[in-house]
Amino acid sequence: MAYVALADQDHELHDPDTFITKYIWSQDHKVIAIQYGLVAAFVGIIALVMSGLMRLQLGFPNTFSFITPENYYQFVTMHGMIMVIYLLTAFFLGFFGNFLIPLMLGARDMVFPYMNMLSFWVYLLSVIILLASYFVDGGPTGAGWTLYPPQAILEGTPGSGMGIKLMLVSLGVFIAAFTMGGLNYVTTILQARCRGMTLMRMPLSIWGIFMATVLGLLAFPALLVSAIMMTFDATLGTSFFMPAVLSMGENLEYGGGSPILFQHLFWFFGHPEVYIVALPAFGIVSDLLSTHARKNIFGYRMMVWAIIIIGVLSFIVWAHHMYVSGMNPYFGFFFATTTLIIAVPTAIKVYNWILTLWQGDIHLNVPMLFAIGFIFTFIHGGLTGLFLGNVTVDLPLSDTYFVVGHFHMVMGVSPVLVVFGAIYHWYPKITGRMFNATMGKIHFWLTFLGAYAVYLPMHYLGILGLPRRYYSYGDTAFIPDSAQDINVAITISAMIIAIGQIFFFFNIFWSLWRGEKSGPNPWRATTLEWQTPDTPAKHGNWGPKLPVVHRWAYDYSVPGAPEDFIPQNVPGDGTHPVGRDHGVHHS
Amino acid sequence: MVIGIIIILLVIGSVAFHFLSPWYFTPIASNWTMIDTTVDITFAVTGAVFIATNLFMAYAIIRYRHKKGSGQKAAYDPENKKLEYWLTGITAVGVVAMLAPGLVVWARFVTVPEDAMLVEVVAQQWHWSYRYPGDDGLLGAVDPKLVAPDNAFGLDPRDPNGQDDVLVANPQMHVPLDRPIKTVLRSKDVLHDYAVPQFRVKMDIVPGTVTYLWFTPTRLGEFEILCEELCGLAHHTMRGKVVVDEQEDFDTWLAAQPTFAEINALAAGDPVLGKSQYATCAACHGFEGEGLPLLNAPKLAGMDPWYLKRQIEHYKQGVRGQDPADIYGVQMAAMANTLVNDAAVNNVAAYLLTLPDEPPEQTVQGDIANGKRLYRTCGSCHGREGEGIWSLNAPRTQGMNDWYVVAQLKNFRDGIRGAHPSDYYGAQMRMMAQILSDDEHINDLAAYINTLPPPAQQSARLDNPSREKL
Repeated sequence: MAYVALADQDHELHDPDTFITKYIWSQDHKVIAIQYGLVAAFVGIIALVMSGLMRLQLGFPNTFSFITPENYYQFVTMHGMIMVIYLLTAFFLGFFGNFLIPLMLGARDMVFPYMNMLSFWVYLLSVIILLASYFVDGGPTGAGWTLYPPQAILEGTPGSGMGIKLMLVSLGVFIAAFTMGGLNYVTTILQARCRGMTLMRMPLSIWGIFMATVLGLLAFPALLVSAIMMTFDATLGTSFFMPAVLSMGENLEYGGGSPILFQHLFWFFGHPEVYIVALPAFGIVSDLLSTHARKNIFGYRMMVWAIIIIGVLSFIVWAHHMYVSGMNPYFGFFFATTTLIIAVPTAIKVYNWILTLWQGDIHLNVPMLFAIGFIFTFIHGGLTGLFLGNVTVDLPLSDTYFVVGHFHMVMGVSPVLVVFGAIYHWYPKITGRMFNATMGKIHFWLTFLGAYAVYLPMHYLGILGLPRRYYSYGDTAFIPDSAQDINVAITISAMIIAIGQIFFFFNIFWSLWRGEKSGPNPWRATTLEWQTPDTPAKHGNWGPKLPVVHRWAYDYSVPGAPEDFIPQNVPGDGTHPVGRDHGVHHS
Repeated sequence: MVIGIIIILLVIGSVAFHFLSPWYFTPIASNWTMIDTTVDITFAVTGAVFIATNLFMAYAIIRYRHKKGSGQKAAYDPENKKLEYWLTGITAVGVVAMLAPGLVVWARFVTVPEDAMLVEVVAQQWHWSYRYPGDDGLLGAVDPKLVAPDNAFGLDPRDPNGQDDVLVANPQMHVPLDRPIKTVLRSKDVLHDYAVPQFRVKMDIVPGTVTYLWFTPTRLGEFEILCEELCGLAHHTMRGKVVVDEQEDFDTWLAAQPTFAEINALAAGDPVLGKSQYATCAACHGFEGEGLPLLNAPKLAGMDPWYLKRQIEHYKQGVRGQDPADIYGVQMAAMANTLVNDAAVNNVAAYLLTLPDEPPEQTVQGDIANGKRLYRTCGSCHGREGEGIWSLNAPRTQGMNDWYVVAQLKNFRDGIRGAHPSDYYGAQMRMMAQILSDDEHINDLAAYINTLPPPAQQSARLDNPSREKL
């Protein structure tokens, strides 16, 4: 069942022979991964600059005349949308998914290489449409990344004309790109694993990416239909989400629609989206921890089931974003219960990460630092989620800076720390060279400590009652002057983080030429991507013969083995002792 | 090693920050102390987990860090079912400890006491107003299609239940102490959210439906109402106030507010009477209402009548023209009392509508392109062509004296105008004017406003009902 001969059908591979087919219209998953990564990083930098401008406004209100309320709300919107969709989703699935799935599973490429190529180019198109909204009359939409109607399409909200329409079209195009990529990932994982790679031998990175992709394929359609319906409301005058309302003192033709319907559709997508970002991070960080602690991941089967259970539960918790939305308040009982249940499998993952470190041989190198940093920020962000997920506790905190602090910690900082750790971890495989470890460590400390200094105080501003999405606070009786002081401090921390990213980008490019040659497996890791005949891996990945897997992905420090790791493709033939084979049978 | 120590320090620092930071809940002013208790429980449970897991991790890192040449080897320890079940069980207990009280309190929140007093909160971009049910205890029917300058609440005049409804057309609501209040929440346009930090509760306001929340005020005083659901450009300026009174003070206040029937019975202004009452004003503002720059008296012809009336009221009530830095405002405050009652003000406003609306002389120079950029913000309320939008309480800017616009923008920005606690709309303008930190920008804006087309060429203007009605 697990083994499918498809992986051996290497005649299906196209052979790139020109520069264009090799690097531009490439169908090689590794090149597509890098294309995805570069575009996502590019928009990520734009969104980072926007957050810097927002912080300038909040730290020093009424100082910068180039940040008007329009600009501010446009930054709020574009920053959020870019970071969640066009950076994190694209990076985890487009970059890591593309790069890792075939290499970790012993496949030559994705099963649909042409569609894979198309997926990237359609994604690029969605990014171009998104950025084009900065060049139309009125600029991009400033409705917040949640795009709630009616205000998203009514005057009084920046970009309520062309801006919102371009946003909706861009999302539609992105979803088309994601669907092409996503079907590909799922099919490849299910059908193209090499001989011996049973599902329960897959590295957790692949489990995380797999489940995230399944969530995406089920969740994005909800966003697509809501985008289509809102486009109709904005252009054809339908009233899916539009009740009878006034705008600028005049009655509009709308009537009978429901703004809350949009919120249900949006969050039916939006909550799984959190896990679309989080699950690949969970999986990848598990592999980083195991490799660099030289110890098998603790409780592998529990980790797999936790990923699956979290994925399933993520579809029945969406309305915890809507406790005070005006939906039927009795829903609160149900959604608070489901939401807090999800804390159990999530906590298990955290325990198992820490127990992986316990009795390990912990190499505190750059990827490991980022992985540990992730555990810390994720514990923090996960625990504050228990405030907001519990319907009563959410009442005073909803729509305040507590929410901003929480979701940035849990789905901003935490996944981004994993992204950085993972880039450092796989950099030698992608480029064949090592990065500079000193610069990597500086980058880690600035990012990790800076981020905590930014987001920890935000929770307390939220408890105090500072609403989010405020351009400025003016004179508000209950807000002491010290709140402004801490806002200045937060802005300074944010600037330090932003500057700290120079160490990352410089390191990545500098090491391309000046980095030490890494060899095929510098971390002495077990998973298949480190066992390729060439580094960087050539087109087709495996030379003439596909690998055969004999063991699970975590045979580190096996008692009696000569080395502290046994790669997955090493047979248990007597020269190497076989590691404990988890819950699976030999093929 | 370093990271282990840093994590220990971060844990200590976070706990210290929690107890030492000056930012925490505002002193509670409602019955919802139970909500604070659920927050405390959550802090206790999550705080313990935060400390325990991170310290354990830091200990593991320090103890099992790789030491060169030590021949250290990790344990081979794939699973430990018993430990995993224990951890799952303990976690589940912690979750129940937080969830159970949360659900109990939520059950109270969704169940409104039967004796609760009813108040309707009406939200619109970017203002609050309120409706009390009157003696019959019933709120009359409303329909967004009926909203008009003379019926801002959109009440159905045919519904007898609505006649005695008390209408409060400003952002200040009053409630009596120690009595459960049920607020029903209605929006005229987009999503809003009614939030009072000291009451701990909040709820979105959704057009097309009515939402609610309830609370019992337990402390006398004034508390700020904030809109906490992004509602467009001026979201952050959408503020109001809830005043908690003793019952008798509340009753006095409520009795002084007009009912729907009383508002409808008010006579329209008479321009003929208004002409004679305007005589005093004409000395400074000119016989044609054209304004006399030498006397620092702005043009009145073409000014929105509702705006004119509110400003006269503000002058008379000491809301405007009290700051000594506002020299001309102080003068005007003295003069405003010559219009002895509302009828007089109405008459003068009606008379001013009959005067010719001639474009004034242009006196301000500036960078029009920059002014145009800045005006994008202003236009969201004052109209893209400066025509003024009655429903947003934003007066006309086009075709008025540019020097007056400049002077008032500076007054708003510098807190000379709009700082009085009862000047809600002025406070809003003040927050907006603070964007204009540079005087040059103010000149640029005025220069751009000078280029906007006069009323005759503005198509939308003709439909603007505020032109015809009072």
